[in-house]
Amino acid sequence: MMRLARSSIMKVYAVSAMALMLASASCKREERGFRVSPPASRAIETITLSELQPGSRLPNVPVKNGYEENAYALSEGKRLFDAFNCSGCHFHGGGGIGPPLMDDEWIYGSEPANIFATILEGRPNGMPSFRGKIADYQVWQLAAYVRSMSGLVSSLAAPGRSDHMQATPPEQSKKPEQPKESSIPKSAERP
Amino acid sequence: MSTRSRHFGPYLLRAWAAAMVSLLTGCTGVQSVLNPAGPQAGRISRIWWLMFTVCLVIQVLIIVFVSVPALRRERDAASGQNGATRPNLDPEPNAERRMTHVVLGAVAATVVILFVFLVDSFLIGRSISSVPSRNPLTIKVIGHQWWWEVNYDNPVAARSFTTANEIHIPVGQPVVLKLTSQDVIHSFWAPNLHGKKDLVPGHESTTWLQADKAGIFRGQCAEFCGHQHAHMAFAVVAEPPEQFYAWYEGQIRPAVQPASEAQQRGRRVFLSSACVMCHTIQGTPAGATVGPNLTHVGSRNTIAAGTLANNRGNLGGWVTDSQEIKPGNRMPPNLLSPEDLQALLDYLESLK
Repeated sequence: MMRLARSSIMKVYAVSAMALMLASASCKREERGFRVSPPASRAIETITLSELQPGSRLPNVPVKNGYEENAYALSEGKRLFDAFNCSGCHFHGGGGIGPPLMDDEWIYGSEPANIFATILEGRPNGMPSFRGKIADYQVWQLAAYVRSMSGLVSSLAAPGRSDHMQATPPEQSKKPEQPKESSIPKSAERP
Repeated sequence: MSTRSRHFGPYLLRAWAAAMVSLLTGCTGVQSVLNPAGPQAGRISRIWWLMFTVCLVIQVLIIVFVSVPALRRERDAASGQNGATRPNLDPEPNAERRMTHVVLGAVAATVVILFVFLVDSFLIGRSISSVPSRNPLTIKVIGHQWWWEVNYDNPVAARSFTTANEIHIPVGQPVVLKLTSQDVIHSFWAPNLHGKKDLVPGHESTTWLQADKAGIFRGQCAEFCGHQHAHMAFAVVAEPPEQFYAWYEGQIRPAVQPASEAQQRGRRVFLSSACVMCHTIQGTPAGATVGPNLTHVGSRNTIAAGTLANNRGNLGGWVTDSQEIKPGNRMPPNLLSPEDLQALLDYLESLK
C-alpha cells in the first residue's frame, strides 16, 4: 500500500517536472523581447574573414544565436528580409542576382556568426555592407531566419506560414540541409 | 458613521461630478459619434438618437410595469388584504383576457418599432455608403502595424505625394478613400465623420467622407491588429479649400535643403544610420517605404500615429528608444551620440 502510494507520488512528480520543462521550453519559443541587449554583438571580432594570418591559425569560436529558438525573432527576421529588400537579390531564398539561401552551399560559412559578418561587412561581387544601418539584434534575427531557410533551426520555432504568396513550402517544413563549403561560382565572378 | 459619511461625502460628490463631466466631454469631443461634422455622421447620429430615445422610453415603461404590481403586492401584504397569507390561484377570465390583449399589443408594437428601425437603418446605410459619382479627390490609405500611410494619388505623377497619420481634406467636398492593408486587418474609424470601414490585406475597399466644418477630428483603428492597436490613431484635418490646396502644394515639394551646419550634419546622420533603411525623405537618397514618409514630418501635429505630440523632446525620445514608448513597434532603438542626435533633431524639425 505504502509502496503503491509512493510510486504514484513519484509519477505525479515526474509528470509535473515534464510539464514544467515543456512549459519553460515553450516560454523561450514565445518570448518577445522588444528592448533587447543583442546576443554577442561583439561576435564580429571573433570572426576571421581571411585564411591568411601570421602565426598559427586562430580557431573560429562558434557563437550561439539564441534567436534560432524563438518564433517571434524568426518571424521578425522573415519580415525584415523583405523590408530591407534582401529578396531583391536572393529572391525569397531561391537566389537570382545573389546566391540561393535555401540550399546546402555556403560560400562564406553557415555558422550564425559567419552570416552575421556577411550582413554586417558585405561580401565581394555585390553583397552590400549593412554596418551601422541595421541594429545588431535585427542582424541576428536576419541571420537566424537565413539559417531557417535551409532547415538549420528548430522546426518548432521556424515560420510556419508566409504573409505573401510563396512557391515553396514554409521554412518549418524544410528538411535540414547538410551545409557544405562552396566557392564563388565562375558565373558570378567579376570579369 | 456620521463622521465617516461627512468625511467621504464631498469626495463621492466630486468623483460623481468628475465622472459626469468626463462623460459629457466624451460626447462633444474630437472623436465622438455624437458630435457629427459631416452629412454621414449626421445621419448616423440621428438614427443613434432615435434608437436611444425609443429604447429609453421602453426601458422606463418596462420598469414601471414590473415595479407597480410588486409595490402593490407589498402594500397589500402590509395591510393584510387580498389573500396575502395565501395567494389566490383561481382563474379570473376577465383579467386573463385583458392581459392577453396587452401582451399581443406589446408584441405588435415591438414588431412595428423594429421594422421602423430596420427600414430607417437600411435607408441611412444606403445613403451614406453610395460613393458620389462626380470626380472627387481620391486618397489611398494603407494600414500598417501600427500607423497609417496616406497617398494622395494624382494622374500627374509629380503631383502625387505620400504622408502619414494625417489626412487633410477640403471642407464641403466629398473625398473618396481607397483603403487597403499591408499586413493584418485594420479598421478606419473617424466617428465625427463616418462609420467604420475595414482595411483588408490584398483587397481595396472604398469609402467616402465629407466634413461640413473645419476642424481636426481624431480617428482610431477599430479592429484589433496586434500589440500597439491602441496607439494606432490618425487625424482628419478638415480645412477650407484654399488652405487645403496650399497645404497640398507644400506637400508636393521635396524636403527643404538643410539651412544650418547642424541641419546638414543631421541629414548626414539620417542618411548614414538605420533611419535610411525604412524612411523616405523626398529629395534625398532615402527612399525606403517600410516606415512613414518623413519628407514633411515637421509639419505634422503628432508622431508615432497620434501617440505623442510632435515636439523636439518627444522626437528625441522616440528616435532613441521608441520601444519604451510603444513596445513592439517596428522601429529599433538608435544609439546615436548626443551631438548626432541633436543634429538629427535639428534636421527633422526643419522638414516643414
